Amino acid sequence: MALAVESTPTINKPKVALWGRLLGIRTPRKANEAMWGYIFLLPWALGLLIFILGPILASAYLSFTEYEIISAPRFLGLENYVNAFTNDDLFWPSLWRTFVYALAVVPLGLLGSLLLAILLNQGVKGTNIFRTLFFLPSLTPAVALALLWSWLFHPSVGPINVVLRWMGIAGPGWLTSKEWALPALIIISLWAAIGGNSMLIFLAGLQGVPRELYEAAAIDGAGSWARFRAVTLPLITPTLFFNLVLGIIGALKVFTLAFVATLGGPSYATWFYALHIYRQAFEYFRMGYGSALAWIFVVILLIFTFIQLRLSNRWVYYAGD
Amino acid sequence: MTFPPTWFPATPQWHNYSRVIEKVPFIQWAWNSVFVVTIATLGSVISASIVAYSFARFEYPGRDGIFIITLATMMLPAQVTLIPQFILFNKLGWINTLFPLWVPYLFGGGAFNIFLLRQFIRTLPRELDEAALIDGASYWRIFWSILTPLSKPALATVAVISFIAHWNDFVNPLIYLNSPENFTLALGLNYFKSVPESSGLPLEHLLMAASVMVIAPVLVLFFAAQRYFVEGIVLSGMKG
Repeated sequence: MALAVESTPTINKPKVALWGRLLGIRTPRKANEAMWGYIFLLPWALGLLIFILGPILASAYLSFTEYEIISAPRFLGLENYVNAFTNDDLFWPSLWRTFVYALAVVPLGLLGSLLLAILLNQGVKGTNIFRTLFFLPSLTPAVALALLWSWLFHPSVGPINVVLRWMGIAGPGWLTSKEWALPALIIISLWAAIGGNSMLIFLAGLQGVPRELYEAAAIDGAGSWARFRAVTLPLITPTLFFNLVLGIIGALKVFTLAFVATLGGPSYATWFYALHIYRQAFEYFRMGYGSALAWIFVVILLIFTFIQLRLSNRWVYYAGD
Repeated sequence: MTFPPTWFPATPQWHNYSRVIEKVPFIQWAWNSVFVVTIATLGSVISASIVAYSFARFEYPGRDGIFIITLATMMLPAQVTLIPQFILFNKLGWINTLFPLWVPYLFGGGAFNIFLLRQFIRTLPRELDEAALIDGASYWRIFWSILTPLSKPALATVAVISFIAHWNDFVNPLIYLNSPENFTLALGLNYFKSVPESSGLPLEHLLMAASVMVIAPVLVLFFAAQRYFVEGIVLSGMKG
């Protein structure tokens, strides 16, 4: 390719258009390539500006204003943020509840998915069928999930309480009970999350562990637990880390399940942070305050991700290093 | 209500399905869902592959910077962009229409899809492009006649993932759609749940029939394209 260009006799020095020279492009061929590169990038350049970067700036601005759509935004300074922290009865409880939910769903979900992935990695016949079966719940739309489980958890006729009654236990009101609604939502989430994407990613990680290492460990007399602890676990820490970061972000965003199954109730027992943002912005149309709540959420997610990245140096092992 | 309840009826009540269709505008919801999902998925696949081609094969100032910004947007929670997007669509008069549910996906189809396709195109040998270029093929021709046919597995992955994401989407229809005849299936199912039991009948069984009808297409698609779907998720996870 390069040869072909050099052997072409260049009598008149080829010209690069002004825009190309401004961007530091030397040859017409490079300029042509860059032009087509920009043309193909165009849909995303527009999409990024209109639907992501523009809205980010707008929402940052709105978070310092009072804006209820009908009239123009009124600048408030930090008032929305101060209000959220000091004046909003539901702010801290909803944030706290969201953390409790994530703290239960993320570790249990990862543990369950890892166990299933290890089972699938044993190379038993019919693995593909089980992989599909384990994966299916995560495909169920959250609305259908919430409806099906509302029935399973029904206090009097739901199968769960009927079975409990057979065993002589008086089952709780589950989704209708102030104490049990949050645990019930956690159970539903776990049912959907265990065996989903994180299991597939774990499975890929497990399949990337070289067989020789297991053989070497077996020759050294390591039992199956020792092999898991000393060979598998260190080598899948990157996968674990990836799933952990995604898992936390996903859990903190919990919305649809609670919205459909309990509407945040009873008496705010499942009122998560995302529901709080939704109500302020799209039921009360307090767009300024809603934006402030959203930005507080972004900062929390950034802090979490940053902490995890810092801590990851201590426990994540990259075979390439 | 008998106790203990009978969980398996003596005879399957197939007419539950026809009664769902009588009670709520189920066909209309299904049509709305199919419409939105088809356009959003096709738009995502086509526009994301064009943009991925640009990121994977062209050299131009600013490319890597824009690519990093693209990756960063994957970490961004939707709540931040949701409110200004709502205001934008409100100004355009698109509230209570299906436009907000598919128009944004014609512009690159989202960071994740672009990323996945870009990774895939980079695994294809560059010599193919260069040979075609020497033969006088245009960039568009290279994309359309050489790279696209070779990217079928990745394109199928993106199509399946977008289909399921849009089919199951609840938050966007909830925010943008107000009147029942405009609902998508996911939102309609929730509306159906809250329909008062004025008929005096327990609607539970009808609700279950409706749920099955909402889940079924996703399952069928998943079984048909399982290999691509699993590969896609693993690919995104491994290269994360």
